[in-house]
Amino acid sequence: MEPIIQVQNLSKQFGNIAAVNNLSFEVPTGAIYGFLGQNGAGKSTTIRMLLSLITPTDGNIRIFGMPLQQHRKEIFKNVGAIIERPDLYGYLSAYDNLKMFAKLNGMQPTHQQLMNQLDQVGLADRAKNKVKTFSQGMKQRLGIGIALIHNPSLIILDEPTNGLDPQGIADIRRLIIQLSKEQQKTVLLSSHLLNEIEQMATHILIIDKGKKIIADSAKALFNPAETMVEMATTDNITALAILKNSKWQSAIQLNRGPNIFLKMHYNQIPAFNSDLFHLNIQLVMLQPRHSLEDYFLQVTANSPSDTLILNH
Amino acid sequence: MFTLLQVELYKIFKRPRTYIAFIAIAGLIGIIQLGLKLDGDAYINFVMSNAEQSFTFDGKLLNGYLVCYIILQLLLVHVPLLIALIAADMISGEANMGTLRLMLTQPVSRFEIMMVKFTAAAIYTLLLLVWMAVLALFVSMGLFGTDDLIIQKTRYLVQLSNDDVFWRYIGAFGFALLAMLTVAALGFLLSVFAENSIGPIVATISIIIFFTILSTMSIPIFQKIQPYLFTTHMVAWKEFFDLKVNADNTALKGTLQNKSQIIQSAWILVAHIVLFVGVAMFVFKRKDILT
Repeated sequence: MEPIIQVQNLSKQFGNIAAVNNLSFEVPTGAIYGFLGQNGAGKSTTIRMLLSLITPTDGNIRIFGMPLQQHRKEIFKNVGAIIERPDLYGYLSAYDNLKMFAKLNGMQPTHQQLMNQLDQVGLADRAKNKVKTFSQGMKQRLGIGIALIHNPSLIILDEPTNGLDPQGIADIRRLIIQLSKEQQKTVLLSSHLLNEIEQMATHILIIDKGKKIIADSAKALFNPAETMVEMATTDNITALAILKNSKWQSAIQLNRGPNIFLKMHYNQIPAFNSDLFHLNIQLVMLQPRHSLEDYFLQVTANSPSDTLILNH
Repeated sequence: MFTLLQVELYKIFKRPRTYIAFIAIAGLIGIIQLGLKLDGDAYINFVMSNAEQSFTFDGKLLNGYLVCYIILQLLLVHVPLLIALIAADMISGEANMGTLRLMLTQPVSRFEIMMVKFTAAAIYTLLLLVWMAVLALFVSMGLFGTDDLIIQKTRYLVQLSNDDVFWRYIGAFGFALLAMLTVAALGFLLSVFAENSIGPIVATISIIIFFTILSTMSIPIFQKIQPYLFTTHMVAWKEFFDLKVNADNTALKGTLQNKSQIIQSAWILVAHIVLFVGVAMFVFKRKDILT
């Protein structure tokens, strides 16, 4: 099946700063695609380019197989989105906000349709209240209601749980999984909350400083058969050269950072360790990576991680 | 496009701020009418004191037409400030609220959004002037009755007979609409560059005040640039209240003394509107939405 989003060599330059740098990835149809990165990694810029809020400096975006620039209007009929916090018209009621955006999507919604949508996001009893009286969590839920009102097949959510309490976060998580499993919708979900992505995503893209670090299925990233092993030696360049001429050649993962990374089954690690001794490689560190948190820390090791939420 | 316009008008007229201008105009016109009703004769005697030394006036000098003219002279200078409140908020207000990005992720083009937003600002301007016309002209006609309109120009008096006035007001209000649309277009353009409403509103008002001062000062160096300022042409509505006279100085009803000036000023204002809105669209189409 053709990927629902195809991004090729996407770049965005703000003056001298490369917010996004030659980024390529594909979002498979039906996936919950977790888009991870620290604050300032380029997630929001990428998402804004996907929603044509920002013009790329370079690169191509295709959504539903169509180039975004030429088919923006057609594409957006089938896309629902929230970018960071959903700021709405505070002087209008939740019902009026929803109705207005439904109309902008070419709908003539019935009262029942609008109430059902508000009910889905838990705001039916506040339908007639002005949005300015809502908490951030309620606004977030209404934003999701607006993003879903026209029943889009692609949903793009940038930090959708920002400002929500634990119950709100759990509700949104449940809704996203339900949308994917029961309604076969594709969800592109950005977050700096690792735990949130880990619990939902079927595929993961990690970016750092505007560059892709890795894009793979969650299954592959967490599968014991594809455990990522990080090693450091006294001389990484020589060690890498030796490994390239060994039976572990196919396991080597290039361009992952200063250390050497190999992908192998978890059970193969003792044998690999033994081989390193026979190959005369002076080992300093050998570390299998399992959780997304470990993985994230490892691949963004050279970046300050003060903005990253590690704890669950 | 029509649905989009409906949505835009709905947003404008659901905002309490929108009605400030309508209330302000009603209040100001009401005060002027009340003042003239209570003490209008003294005011007229004072204003016409010079003319009365040379002419004898018969009939009702203080009538609805004259009251409307007085109101227009006093108010049309200030209405741009009220127009700026809405027009300069059209894009920047949405950017400030954060709703602009939500709006732009809907299946509507930026061109459509801009067209609809300016059209909505134009409709607001039109309604404001219709409101002003109803209060200033029709209510004044009801309160003060109608008669010939006598206007004192700088060097002469103009007398417009009762049956030759109403169409002039239609023309004057039509021209005033064009002038106010120029202000709306300016505010609209400035709103594209800002991410809060205050900046473009203050900037629009400042430009209007600055240009109006330059337009009215009789200093030779300023007079050279006056033809190029749109504020100079905004007051051409007054030309509707002057008429041609024949060789024996008899007024020619239904004529305009300076028709070419009105047409030229109208075209200059239209050119400004097209320029301001065109630049606004050009800038907005390429603008990165970072709010």
